[in-house]
Amino acid sequence: MRCTRLLVALFAAALAFGAQAKTFRYADQGDVVSMDPYMLNESLLLNFTGNVYEALVGRGKKLELQPELATAWKQTAPTVWRFDLRQGVTFHDGTPFTADDVIFSWQRAKGEGSDIKSYVGEITEIRKIDDHTIDIVTQAPLPILPDVISQWRIMSKAWCEKNNAMQPSDVRKGVENYASNHADGTGPFMLKERQPGVKTVLVPNPHWWGKVEHNVTEAIFTPIGNPATRVAALVSGEIDMMEPVPLQDIARLRADPKLVILQGPELRTIFLGMDQHRDELLYSSVKGKNPFKDLRVRRAFYVAIDENAIKTSIMRGAATPTALMVAPGIRGFDPKLNKRYPYNPAQAKKLLAEAGYPDGFEVRMNCPNDRYVNDAQICQAVAAMLAKVGVKIDLAAEPKATYFPKILKRDTSFYMLGWTPASYDSQNPLFALMATPGPGGQGQFNLGWYSDARVDELTKAIASETDQAKRQAMISEAFKIHKEAFGHIPLHQQALAWGMRKGVHVVQLPDNFNYLRWVHID
Amino acid sequence: MRAALGRLWQHDLAYSFRHSPVTLVAALLTLACVGGALFAPWLAPHDPFDLASLNLLDALKPPAWMKGGSPAYLLGTDDQGRDVLSTIMYGARISLAVGAASVLFSMVIGVALGLVAGYLGGALDALIMRVADVQLSFPAILIALLIDGVARVALPRASQESIAIPVLVLAIGVSGWVQYARTVRGSAMVEKGKEYVQAARVIGRRPLAIMFAHVLPNAMGPVLVIATIHVASAIITEATLSFLGVGVPPTQPSLGTLIRIGNDFLFSGEWWITLFPGIALIVLVLSVNLLGDWLRDALNPKLR
Repeated sequence: MRCTRLLVALFAAALAFGAQAKTFRYADQGDVVSMDPYMLNESLLLNFTGNVYEALVGRGKKLELQPELATAWKQTAPTVWRFDLRQGVTFHDGTPFTADDVIFSWQRAKGEGSDIKSYVGEITEIRKIDDHTIDIVTQAPLPILPDVISQWRIMSKAWCEKNNAMQPSDVRKGVENYASNHADGTGPFMLKERQPGVKTVLVPNPHWWGKVEHNVTEAIFTPIGNPATRVAALVSGEIDMMEPVPLQDIARLRADPKLVILQGPELRTIFLGMDQHRDELLYSSVKGKNPFKDLRVRRAFYVAIDENAIKTSIMRGAATPTALMVAPGIRGFDPKLNKRYPYNPAQAKKLLAEAGYPDGFEVRMNCPNDRYVNDAQICQAVAAMLAKVGVKIDLAAEPKATYFPKILKRDTSFYMLGWTPASYDSQNPLFALMATPGPGGQGQFNLGWYSDARVDELTKAIASETDQAKRQAMISEAFKIHKEAFGHIPLHQQALAWGMRKGVHVVQLPDNFNYLRWVHID
Repeated sequence: MRAALGRLWQHDLAYSFRHSPVTLVAALLTLACVGGALFAPWLAPHDPFDLASLNLLDALKPPAWMKGGSPAYLLGTDDQGRDVLSTIMYGARISLAVGAASVLFSMVIGVALGLVAGYLGGALDALIMRVADVQLSFPAILIALLIDGVARVALPRASQESIAIPVLVLAIGVSGWVQYARTVRGSAMVEKGKEYVQAARVIGRRPLAIMFAHVLPNAMGPVLVIATIHVASAIITEATLSFLGVGVPPTQPSLGTLIRIGNDFLFSGEWWITLFPGIALIVLVLSVNLLGDWLRDALNPKLR
């Protein structure tokens, strides 16, 4: 009799637990390549590790700045900022969070192997006032400092030392260390299981300092590369959410009453870059000189690409063609400059002939195939369009796991990249994409080595200018120089498309971030 | 000449061919597939590999008879504006070439090993046949996948595209030699006891010469039958590997690659990108199989 009662009680407990357990399964087209938040400056990685690690200053549901590990901050001198750190916070392994962790994280983020140098590059010193107060000193006045550091997350000094993960393992060299597959942050979620390329499991942190808004008891992330498989997994209920929804399937999935499709404009700009620095291209039929050093060749490439056709056919309308490297919505965007040079293959041919390539030439194009919406298809279309003006493209499309290490080493002649300014300010793409590569993360993602002295000068001035009108004028000037020199070929801003089961509520940030702390399952 | 043709017409094989309508249809279809593939550069309405001829604005057009279709693209276009009919014809070229080359490869290895095993016997025979037994316990597709996967890891990445097809031929070829070896070994064991072989041995011919000049011709009938049917299964194996993404590179799509690419569009209603290559594959494999069946029946004295 007692035995039966025990069984009944157990059964009831199991039922109750079943009702409360909210497992959130979600999928993306590619994997989070590392658990180290400094290893790759890529939205998916920053987003995913942002569930586990926290920054001093974070972002809210409208991308507004909000306190995370710092409770307050103020500028005490033109180049000095005082940050009050949150008290009583512990890392997942139990060690308390103090000013030493911030100083350690700064050194780690600016040091060897880090991919996020540009977020901390302006900082010259961090002074410890006491365990929970610090002063951050910048080399020049930097009024947007809190914006700039919102993707720089704090790691535990003790944990990194103990596990010999003092430096991020360099994605360009393809090495891993303890932090690549383990994590110890202060955030609302903890890493429970990590199988690279298969699945990554997070569970809530019971000791988190903040107010819990989500009701997830376990989150399982799986990469599903094949778009049709990803759709099938969502439709069959195997997963609760996935992104991106293949553009060709949006209409059909919208009609499904069990599903919700969340669409919105994204802040990411997709563009092409050309090596305009080396004296001879690494991968081209032209020997002894670099055709991309000639502005006419860069211009010919630009006008040979029919962005409107890409928008209609490949993006099925879900893209906004752009002439600038930033999207509307980024501070500093100038609508007057946002006019693309029109598609004109005849002009492209003429320009190539003038530059000394009447029969075109051959060049390899590097392209990811699991990073941006229809990335490889865009590259294929670009190859076909360039073929029409005589340029033969040897297209190498590959998964981002091998693609990023390659192009970040600048082992490319012609490549595709997408960029969302992490500070939502034009200074970020100017500093990271357009400024001449230099120390402190300057030009770290300027993979084609576009270089213009005036743009460099303006970039520096923009960082410390506080007068908004003057600042805008400088940004516009820099953008205009870059545009007229064809430093890159901006294509479009893609549209976000997330698919989820009805009853799953998420917050879609315009930078394609999906934080688990806002996920609610009915 | 005419007499020779007449004799051929009256030959048993030709007779059974003429009197089997299914075989006639299968032969016609095979001929159409092979012809279309072989002469694709002249017959296909477009050249899908000439990037300069593609027009992105023609992408995703449905077949010509549907609303929105264009007569220039009989079976519609894919997401890059490539004509589906032309890609099928070019794709069948790759499929057939890989199929035929790997069958030839299997046949050469299998026949040689089978002859040696059957004629010489002894420890060598035991060794070869045990290896064959072990291999038979794995499905052919698994062995092909294994060889293909190892080759991909072992070979430098830069040269992978250019050697993808030879590697595929090797993988499928190695996975299929056992059938030939077993059949030829059986025939060789029967033949080597016959008087003509003993006579050849008595006059002092070397074993190698006896094997290839005397035994082999009498063991070739069944080998031809196996080879015909094997062509069909090799094409399927190639298509499967390409469908799984480990076969031929997308720059030279075979039928399997085309089906895989089209699969991404199946849910969204653009069925023609995957369906037509699928039908082409079925027709090709089915007709080759039917021809193989007929050949087996026609060459089997017991069924005559």
